[in-house]
Amino acid sequence: MEDRSAVRMENVTKRFGSVTANDHVSMSINYGEILSILGENGSGKTTLMNMLAGIYYPDEGYFYVNGREVTIKSPHDAYRLGIGMIHQHFKLIDVFTAAENIILGIEGSRTYDLKEVNQKVREIAAQYGFDIDPEQKVYEMSVAQKQTLEIVKILYRGANILILDEPTAVLTPQETAKLFKVLKAMRADGKAVVLITHKLNEVLELSDRVTILRKGQYITTIPTPVATEQILTEAMVGEKVTLDIDRPMPVNPEKRLEVRHLTVYNDERIKALDDVSFDVYSGEILGIAGISGCGQKELLEAIAGLQRIEEGGSIVYTDPSGNEKDLAGVPVREIRNLGIHLSFVPEDRLGMGLVASMGMTENMMLKEYDRGRSPFLNRTSSLKIADEIKNELDVSTPSLDTPVRKLSGGNVQKVLVGREIAAEPVILMTAYAVRGLDISKSYTIYNLLTEQKKKGVAVIYVGEDLDVLLALADRILVLCGGKANGMLDARTVTKEEVGRRMTNIVNEEAKA
Amino acid sequence: MRNKYEKPHDSVKEPLIHLVRRADIPVAKAWLIRLVCVLAGLLVCALFIMSITSLNPISVYASMFSGAFGTSRRIWQTLKDMGMLLIIAIGLAPAFKLRFWNVGAEGQILIGGLVSAAWMIHLGGKVPGFFLIILMAVSAALAGAVWGLIPAYFKAKYKTNETLFTLMMNYVALQLVEFCVDLWDKKQSHSVGIINGDTKAGWLSPLFGQQFAPVVLIAAILTAAMYFYMKHSKHGFEISVAGESENTARYAGISVSKVILRTMAISAGICGIAGFLEVAGVSHTISSLTAGGRGFTAIIVAWLGKFNPLAMSLITAILAFLSRGANQIASDFNFNTYASEILTGIILFFILASEFFINYQIRFRSKKGKEAA
Repeated sequence: MEDRSAVRMENVTKRFGSVTANDHVSMSINYGEILSILGENGSGKTTLMNMLAGIYYPDEGYFYVNGREVTIKSPHDAYRLGIGMIHQHFKLIDVFTAAENIILGIEGSRTYDLKEVNQKVREIAAQYGFDIDPEQKVYEMSVAQKQTLEIVKILYRGANILILDEPTAVLTPQETAKLFKVLKAMRADGKAVVLITHKLNEVLELSDRVTILRKGQYITTIPTPVATEQILTEAMVGEKVTLDIDRPMPVNPEKRLEVRHLTVYNDERIKALDDVSFDVYSGEILGIAGISGCGQKELLEAIAGLQRIEEGGSIVYTDPSGNEKDLAGVPVREIRNLGIHLSFVPEDRLGMGLVASMGMTENMMLKEYDRGRSPFLNRTSSLKIADEIKNELDVSTPSLDTPVRKLSGGNVQKVLVGREIAAEPVILMTAYAVRGLDISKSYTIYNLLTEQKKKGVAVIYVGEDLDVLLALADRILVLCGGKANGMLDARTVTKEEVGRRMTNIVNEEAKA
Repeated sequence: MRNKYEKPHDSVKEPLIHLVRRADIPVAKAWLIRLVCVLAGLLVCALFIMSITSLNPISVYASMFSGAFGTSRRIWQTLKDMGMLLIIAIGLAPAFKLRFWNVGAEGQILIGGLVSAAWMIHLGGKVPGFFLIILMAVSAALAGAVWGLIPAYFKAKYKTNETLFTLMMNYVALQLVEFCVDLWDKKQSHSVGIINGDTKAGWLSPLFGQQFAPVVLIAAILTAAMYFYMKHSKHGFEISVAGESENTARYAGISVSKVILRTMAISAGICGIAGFLEVAGVSHTISSLTAGGRGFTAIIVAWLGKFNPLAMSLITAILAFLSRGANQIASDFNFNTYASEILTGIILFFILASEFFINYQIRFRSKKGKEAA
């Protein structure tokens, strides 16, 4: 049998303080195959691959590359062994061209011939079907193009073992399909491709084998043909989970918000929202889809009273007894003083929704602290709410005073969502509410939101996982470059249609 | 094994020393590390003393102790040093907690002292003593607050860099003081001398027969008040939130500009009061040396004490003891004053180092790694 072994790891262990990120993991990677590394957030997938790529140094364990034991101390060592990694956050220089970024940091000759580089980049692009212009500047590129550049950069350096860390997180369905085609071409060329992911459909669609990690430990490796979603999920989570989201029909929906001609400029004075109009109803979940940075953040912040709204925009709020009030330009505190229970779970949990250095109790005070005329704080009610949330949502924290930044991502989110729900909202807005959460905790959040919907709350859910959006929401508003690009019925629309609208403005007349 | 992909590669050794960030550390262990560091600092000082002077380090330490606490007068001197430094640090703490880097305490002290001295010179003997003192205190606080509000306004409104701005305000205050000293100096001695030495108008009267007792008392009151303000008031909560994250503050409906202005008025106002106390309660004169670098030393105090007024008291106590003690050994053993400052420096260095060891753990290359290589 031909020896296809690219990498073998034995008993690799990495600890960060008291946390063991990888606990005696042994696994192998072969040439000519796509291997998925599947695991929930915090299962140690990225840490393990970072050690192979020379970012971290293991505490224990051995690496064998091409059958020889090696020590990988830096990314340069990894390159020399033909290992390259594409990180979630791209490491590119904006003002350089693609070709300049590619040769940046390559050891060797002091001079280079850009024409030659461009030629070689085009050859690589032609070989695997990349869409890349070596003379384009990085700041003119889309996210997908930047990712392509990162992959080409690594191929240019002669990598035969490619590691991609959650590459599809930033891509639309169409871009994902394109990426998968390229990865298959690389497999056909005999390269070893490692895909770090937590998305089951990607694993099943693309990979030859799948290695599963859970809580830093190696669980098993399964050949993909015998894997099913259920098997993979159970191996990943360690227990049976149901992957169904309950979606009752909205009961007596009433119009809560009437958003009209909303235009917002962001901090860089760029138009983030462009004449957006839509309605929000009680008792339903309105999903908002879009490539990241297409105005989702500004939209929620505008409703919450955190954004300056351009002349002509209005956000008319109708309370349950029928009184109307235009919230456009009304600041946060005033909205609160009007008695409008508007809850908001922002994307940046520790940098906006919570105070990272404070404990649960003090974080409960964040929106309540100024109640009453006394100049002093009243901790009693916050303490009670914190205690209730800790028990009801099963938040694991050493104490109510432990700084929330020390809690895991899931617990941080429970604290934040818990506080916003405890405020008995009429409107509940969430941005990427399950980002970074593992499967079972994600479902906890979905259920909480559905419960709120059943209570008649108008829920706005900004999400990135289209499968979830289609299963959870009642209607979906697609944002594309700050413009509203269609209000779709989540029960009937296809994922492809949503994906198409995320990237291309649809002619409104044609739709009508 | 044969392989077409591999290029020659030398196996590299594991680095000898790893720095590992500690996740968490029990409070008791943290204090143990601090104690060990201070003891280690004293040990290094002892070695230094022996190698330079061949004196018995124990007697040098005894002399330090006597310099700081030897007599009732010395104790009050040390307490006064501590109180003055503490008031300034107390003033800086809320600004720093807000991440408003107020390095302008020097200027705020000077301007507070200058206003106090001006009232002493111009109203001394013309208004009742009690009224004069109140006027001096209030106007010193206001003058300090104005000195702090100028950079705060520009920070809140135009996002200018407060570090540079407050620093430059120090020099403006310094020039103003020198100008006024020349203006008030009638004997061409480049000094205003002791103000109202005969009438003692505008002097803080001694408490319990102690000249410095009022300063120490005010320091204690301000420390307690600040502790309460930071920990239990709504303002204190706003400072904590806005200091941690401006976005969270906005999200909670806190006006960050308002918090910046209010906090700097308080911070600089307290520094102004420190200037008043120095002039009315300690030196009874005004000069470019009135602040004496304490506006900067107080920054170290505020940081080391993590903006907690109680911890800051402890730090100022150590610093006051060290500086009084160092002066004493300088005179007792004919040390150059620099030599005694080296001792203070060594101790401070070890206190700072303790924070490093509290945050990081040093690991050496494991035996196992060696066997593998």
